[in-house]
Formats: sequence, C-alpha cells, structure tokens
Amino acid sequence: MRIDKDLVAASATPLVLGILSDGDLYGYAILKRVGELSGGGMQWTDGMLYPLLHRLERLGYVSSSWGTSEAGRRRKHYAITPAGREAFADRQEQWTVVAEALRQVWHTAQRPPAVAPGWA
Amino acid sequence: MEHAELEAQIDRWRGYVQRRQAISPADVDELEDHLREQVADRQATGLDDEEAFLVAIKRLGNLDAVSREFAREHSDRLWKQLVLMPEDPADAGATPWRELAIVLALAVGAGLAVKAGLTWIEGGGVLARNLGLLVLPFLTGYFAWKRRLSARVVLGILVPFAVLAVALNAYPFTSGGSTELLAVLHAPVVLWLLAGIAYVGGRWRSDGRRMDFARFTGELVIYFTLLALGGAVLTGLTFAVLQLVGADLEPVLENWILPFAVPGALVVAAWLVEAKQNVVENIAPVLTRVFTPLTIAMLVAVLAVLAAVGGLAEVDRGLLILMDAILVLVLCLLLYAISARNSLAHPGVFDVLQLVLVAAALAVDAVMLTAMLTRIAEFGFSPNKIAALGLNLLLLIHLARTGWLTVGFLRGRRPFTALERWQTRYLPVYALWAAVVVLAFPPLFGFI
Repeated sequence: MRIDKDLVAASATPLVLGILSDGDLYGYAILKRVGELSGGGMQWTDGMLYPLLHRLERLGYVSSSWGTSEAGRRRKHYAITPAGREAFADRQEQWTVVAEALRQVWHTAQRPPAVAPGWA
Repeated sequence: MEHAELEAQIDRWRGYVQRRQAISPADVDELEDHLREQVADRQATGLDDEEAFLVAIKRLGNLDAVSREFAREHSDRLWKQLVLMPEDPADAGATPWRELAIVLALAVGAGLAVKAGLTWIEGGGVLARNLGLLVLPFLTGYFAWKRRLSARVVLGILVPFAVLAVALNAYPFTSGGSTELLAVLHAPVVLWLLAGIAYVGGRWRSDGRRMDFARFTGELVIYFTLLALGGAVLTGLTFAVLQLVGADLEPVLENWILPFAVPGALVVAAWLVEAKQNVVENIAPVLTRVFTPLTIAMLVAVLAVLAAVGGLAEVDRGLLILMDAILVLVLCLLLYAISARNSLAHPGVFDVLQLVLVAAALAVDAVMLTAMLTRIAEFGFSPNKIAALGLNLLLLIHLARTGWLTVGFLRGRRPFTALERWQTRYLPVYALWAAVVVLAFPPLFGFI
C-alpha cells in the first residue's frame, strides 16, 4: 500500500521527533526506524529527510553534532531538545484529536453498497 | 581494490551533488554517509555493487527536487558567502590568522613606507618617481610569502627591481622634464609585471596563470574602488561631525590618513581578491557586458568629434594623451571580457559586440597614429612623441591581431583559446616597452 504523500509530509515531523525522543540517531537510522514502525508501508524519499532535519534544527527542536561512524566516516547525529519535546507533545495532542475524529468517521460511515452477485 | 567501481561511482555522484549551490559540503557528507549505509544494507541482502548503488540512488530521490527542498530551507546559501576565517577550527589550522596578521603587517608597512617617503624625500618629482617603489614591494612580498617563491624567483624579481630603483634615483632628471614624467608614468607598469611574476608563483610561462593575473588585476581594481568609496564615506562623516564641534581634520587626513589608508587598502584588496576567488561570482562578466556597448558609443562619438575638427596636426598634445588613456582603458576592458569568458562557450552576440569594440578602437588608433606622425613630421621628435608613438604601435598590433582572431573565432575557424593565448603572450611586451621608456629614454634624450 502506498501512503499519500501529503499524509507522509504531515506525519513526518511528529514521527521524527518521536523517534528521536527514544534516543539520538543519525539520518539513515531514523529512516530505518520509520520503515520498521510502519511495517515498510511508509516509504520516504530518503533525500527529503535532511532538509526536514535541518528545518527542525533551525526551529530548535533538535540539535546536531558530528561524530564518526564505525567505518570512520563523518556522521551527523541528531538529538531532541526540550523545545522539541514540547513540540512533540503538542503534535501528539493534535493528532489524537484528528485520530479520534477519524475513528468516529470510519465507524459511522456507511460502507459502499456491495454489488449484488449474479448480475455481472 | 575490491569495490573500486563503486567508489568511483560514489565519487562521481559527490561531484554531481556538490555543484548544487543549496547543498553545502557538510550536507554532501551527510548524504554520502546515508548513501553508503543504504548501499551496505542492500549488499547485505545479496545485491551486487552496481545494483545496490542504483537502488540507493533511486531511494535518495530526484536530485532536483531534493536540492529544491534544501534551497527552501537554506535560501541564504544561494548568496554565496565569503568566508575569510573558517568557523570550524578543525579545518582551519593556524594559517588564516597568520595570513591576516601578515596582511595587516604588510598593509601597515606600506603605509609607513609612504609616510616615510612623504616626510624625508624632498621634491615632488623625486617622490613621484619613488612612490611605486615604496608600495609595490609589500604587495609583491605578500605573494612571495603566499606562493612560497623559490630563491631563484625572488632573485629574478629583486634584480630588476633594484635596477629600476637605481635608474629612477641616480639619473640626473631635469626637474619637471618630460623624461621624468614618462619615467613616473611607466615605472608602475614594470613594477606591476614584477608583482605579476610573484603572483603566478614564478610560473610566468603558463598562459593560464597569466590570465589569472589579468583577472586578479581587474578584481583588484574593483575591490580597491569599493574600499576607497567606503573609506571616503566614513571619512566624510567623521569630517562633518568634527567640523560641527570646531575641529579641523584636514591636516590629519592629508598627513596621516591618506598615506596609510591608500597603500594599506591596496594590500588588503589584494588579500580579499585572493581569499574570494572561488567563493563569490566574479563581478567582471557583468561589468564588461554593461561597459562594452557604452565604450563603443564613446569611441564612435570621439571619432565623430575628431573627424569634425578636421586638421589633425593642430590637435592638442593633451588630447592625444587623453586618447591614449582611452585606448588603454578599452584594452583593459577587452582583456577583462576575454578573461571572464568561458572559453568553451559558442560564439554569441557578445563576441560580435566585442569585435565592433575592437574595430572602433582600431579606427581611433589609426586616427591617432596619423595625427602623431603628422606632428612628428612637422615638429620633429621629442621623448613624449616617441613614447606615445611606441604605445600606439603596440596597441595597434594588439588590437589588429585580436580583431583577426575574433573574426576567426566567430566564423568557427579558430578556438577561443587562440584569442586568450594571444592576449597572455602579448601582455609582457607592454612591460618591456615601459622598461625601455624608463631606462633608455632619459639617457637617449639627455634627461630633458
């Protein structure tokens, strides 16, 4: 199943903040974690993660530091900041409201009428 | 190496990404780390190098879209920033601060030399002869340090410098005579050639390095002008404030600020041009495009006026000198336009415009030569006339061949590099001629 790209974009910030609140990570590891959490359903364009991370850094939600990988390459690690945790809590509330509303819609909405068998 | 092909592919990709202005080198490092992780994970699932690389690139996404996203986040990067002092101490080392200290010391040194000259050298003529000798060593010294010149090259610069210094001071010039004035005007050209040898790090045979020096000269003029404008505004404001409280700054300006600020600004401008060469787009191409059509209009107007005046023998000597100045300016513009042009680009409208400029300059030069020869036939030789005649002949050869090569280029018969090479090969001729005027003219004409 492909997830609509607007939906991916809207959920990207809380996902990244949530993943980082479990511990510091670098870009590739964040994307891998997204894949695991969604069971492979959410496929991001990898390159788009970095402008997003830089935007979150500019907003003060995450901080970054350069380290080295096991292979000795330069690697940038990201960590969530207190402001980021606040923003994350705020997003969580918003998404809870949205999810609750959607849940009720799914529940009450009529399913499309099934096609009567035998007439095709 | 086992994964040589993969490494080569990643290298090529890096070069490709690095050309994006919105993506900084640090971002490229970050993306490369991502790419390599992705490749390693794909290899672990059994893909070979090539397949793994292709998948990783595909997952990274369309580079245009990603680069646009980077640009949206970092719009400031589209304005390239001049970094004089690297912020990251890790890749800085000690050199930038040391370089700044050396530049400032040389700037102050040039100021001190000029101030000393003003204080101790008697007579305006003697001072004018020595002014270049006082300032240029500091600029040349900066490049000598920066390029780590070998002792042989340093000697090759010092000996001509010493000869020039001795000639300018030991010749018994008639005060205010024309050979003295010619020496004052031509000595800086020779000194500039010596500075050029230091600039190219002694590789003066290389056409590319010579062209770099031409570019450097143009950018230096622009930077120096900008510094001078800024300095003038600052001094003007200080003046105005001090005048209100009744203090007169003029003696201070004359005796202290100008002698230090002007030579100092020259050294600092040289450093700025050195530091920025790869960072900021050169302003030169823009300026040449603006001024080439304007200069053509000026040359045509001048030609029309000269034709209207008629009898060229009566043309004033001052006018001939002015016209020489105009032609030298045209030549600088031309040289700068050529140095700023991408030599691989196809002929375009601007190249035609350049040819028109050369043709107009040639016409002016021809009129000038006729006027000069007429004057010489009528009034006989004088050092001024011979110097002007020599310069005009040099300009004529330079312009004629430039025009010829431009025609060849426009018709697709010759590469643009032929035009470039002609410029760089011909430039030292001017300095040699200037050396002849400084060294041989005074004795030839009896120091009048």
